[in-house]
Amino acid sequence: MTAAVSPIASLFRTCPYTQKKVHKDAEYLVKVNAVVSVVSLLVGAIAALLLVLTRWQAVHLLPATWYYRLLGVHGMNMLIFFIIYFEMAVLWFTSTVLLDARPVTPRLGKAMFGLMVLGSLLVEWTQFSGRADVLFTSYPPLKAHPVFYLGVILFAVGALVVVGIFFATLTVAKREKTYEGSLPLVVYGAMTAAIIAVITLLHGAMIYVPTFLWSVGLIPAVDPQTYRLFWWALGHSSQQINVAAMVAIWYMLGGLTVGAVVLNEKVSRSAFVLYILFISMASAHHLLVDPGFGPAWKIVNTSYFMYMAVLASMIHGFTVPAGMELGMRLRGYTDGLFGWLRRAPWGDPGFSATVLSVIVFGFVGGITGVTIGTEQINIIVHNTLRVPGHFHSTVVSGTATAFMGATYYLIPLVFRKKVAYWKAAQWQPYLFAGGIFLLSMGMTFAGSFGVPRRHWDISFSMSPFDVQFNPTVDLVLAVMGIGGILAVIGALIFIAIAVKSVFFGEPIGELQMGVDVPGLPRGLTKPPTFPPDVDAINERLHAPGRGIGGVTPGTLGLVTIFLMAFMVYYFTNWKLLTVLWKVG
Amino acid sequence: MLTKVHTGLEPVAGTWWHPAHKAEKVWVGIAFAWCLVLFAMMPLWHWKGGQNPSGIRTRVDPRAFYARTTEFVKQYKVGDDKGFPIVQPPAGADVYLTAMTYQWYPILQLQRNVTYRLHLSALDFNHGFSLYPLNVNFQIIPGYDYALEVTPTAAGDFRIICNEFCGIGHHTMVGRVIVLDESGNKVSDRNDVTLRVGGTP
Repeated sequence: MTAAVSPIASLFRTCPYTQKKVHKDAEYLVKVNAVVSVVSLLVGAIAALLLVLTRWQAVHLLPATWYYRLLGVHGMNMLIFFIIYFEMAVLWFTSTVLLDARPVTPRLGKAMFGLMVLGSLLVEWTQFSGRADVLFTSYPPLKAHPVFYLGVILFAVGALVVVGIFFATLTVAKREKTYEGSLPLVVYGAMTAAIIAVITLLHGAMIYVPTFLWSVGLIPAVDPQTYRLFWWALGHSSQQINVAAMVAIWYMLGGLTVGAVVLNEKVSRSAFVLYILFISMASAHHLLVDPGFGPAWKIVNTSYFMYMAVLASMIHGFTVPAGMELGMRLRGYTDGLFGWLRRAPWGDPGFSATVLSVIVFGFVGGITGVTIGTEQINIIVHNTLRVPGHFHSTVVSGTATAFMGATYYLIPLVFRKKVAYWKAAQWQPYLFAGGIFLLSMGMTFAGSFGVPRRHWDISFSMSPFDVQFNPTVDLVLAVMGIGGILAVIGALIFIAIAVKSVFFGEPIGELQMGVDVPGLPRGLTKPPTFPPDVDAINERLHAPGRGIGGVTPGTLGLVTIFLMAFMVYYFTNWKLLTVLWKVG
Repeated sequence: MLTKVHTGLEPVAGTWWHPAHKAEKVWVGIAFAWCLVLFAMMPLWHWKGGQNPSGIRTRVDPRAFYARTTEFVKQYKVGDDKGFPIVQPPAGADVYLTAMTYQWYPILQLQRNVTYRLHLSALDFNHGFSLYPLNVNFQIIPGYDYALEVTPTAAGDFRIICNEFCGIGHHTMVGRVIVLDESGNKVSDRNDVTLRVGGTP
């Protein structure tokens, strides 16, 4: 018996901080995926800088060809490569490390990682060499080199198999009883992301395979409207993988940094189930002013069947801050409504990234997203700069900021290195999320004046008829430009920190608990711990006599402000719609 | 009844299907009610509102649509501007606008408070119809005829910007729509300017 166990046991090491068992193959896969993710981020960020300096009409840096080419490069590297490689790392991490489990078929996992890298390289080659100037969406009849579609297919197949291995790993961990009871909520959230990933990647395959066959001449045509329908089930739903993964990371970093508790497992898990059931319908957001679909189809789909996925996000938007508040209160930070927030570890980049992610995702991304995804309001939004204004605040200041926060914990936990340039790491989330906030605001307001997205020259210098935008547009585009530059600097600082830490970093060395160590997030050296009688304190806070505000009064105030902002923005947009021509 | 205090990183032993605290229940209730409001607004606007992307939607052969547009131009042409025909259809007419790389064909001359059926389609690629400065946007897809009932409620000199990437000359693709007042006159330059630079809310 011992002889059979020991070779397996030797594949694990025990983390000195968390006492978690870390499997060597899982660790390797987390590492390589994270590294490629950061490389993609670098390519995407350089493209971002050049693009924002072109869209800022006063600067107008790139020639037209390179603007459109790099727009495709930026979309692919940021929305697909950076984020999905990071999500692959999240899947390997949550299914093994958090459950003290071994990865199933790590060999196949490595092979699939190789396949994904091959696919990415093919895509990069076709895009940079000008063989795929069809932008990220590649709507036919625009046609790219067949290798472009092939690259996307290989990448998607690799990712799909890794998602399958994730499910297998969860099953084996359950069978081998590496943990007691139900999955931790964070792993449950990652599993939600994985299920949505299956839906997404299958749709991707369903549309990219025929498009590939069309590009090599085996089928005569791909219907452009059908393509848009299926493509957005990939293009939008892949951002819903991000939402689920990001919320899982909110719960994870909340727990690590301030001891955020799960208020009620039933509520949080039901919200994740709502994501699985309804969130993929959001691909309709892109088809609201398309000729191929009728009003009933548009209303049911764009609203995720009566906004059930919005309900889920509003639930997480309450339970995540409320869990942090209760966690802080249980540890003695009980003064006033917001004492828990004031005395939180704002110098821990894991914590600040989480809070910034929650705020910008909710207040900017969430509110604008629901509003512009309304069937009629989309008439004043479709393909204007308001659309990238919305999704930069969700995907970038939401998901990417959360992923960056998680990286500051992954570097010591998985790479076993101290975080380099610690001072810079402490303010990097503020710079990055703040920059994206300005960028999003600039884009949103410019779009409200009718400024189109994906457009090289809004001075229309070569057009037959002149178009003069309201002078305010120059101002908001400058805000966009400055925000974009700040965000790119934030991203480059993050990349420098990650590369320096991982490849040239100082090993974490001797365990130092109870002190602040530069390079180690506070949640590791001074982990949030509860007093021994925490359950009794919790019971007292939950006493019915304390009323609705008894447990988390501060969060109740915050969500009330959120709901009011939501209502004002939503109805203002209906009001704006009434000044248009009559159309129907 | 409460589950033992724990973070989202720990597995949960035993049963965790417990009733939520009152605060959570109330918030979920409010959020659900708000979702129903969001949902109800869309059918309500179809019933009472004046701006809907419904239209009559049919498949069409792109070349046949272009031929129909050419015929429409021949029928109602009233002038030229920069090589583009200016076409003034009668009230209630079917109006045809073809998008192609990199132009909007033809120039439309409409009248304020008169209703038309505007057919939009493309000859080659996807294009984006964006009426400036009102910021009215529709997706145009080759092979699909999107016929929308439109009633211009303001007179002036409008532009159509292409806001869907259609190729390297995409940013040069600008068309023109002129809306005359009820008596068939062009609005004065002064109003024109006001509308064009300040018309967007």
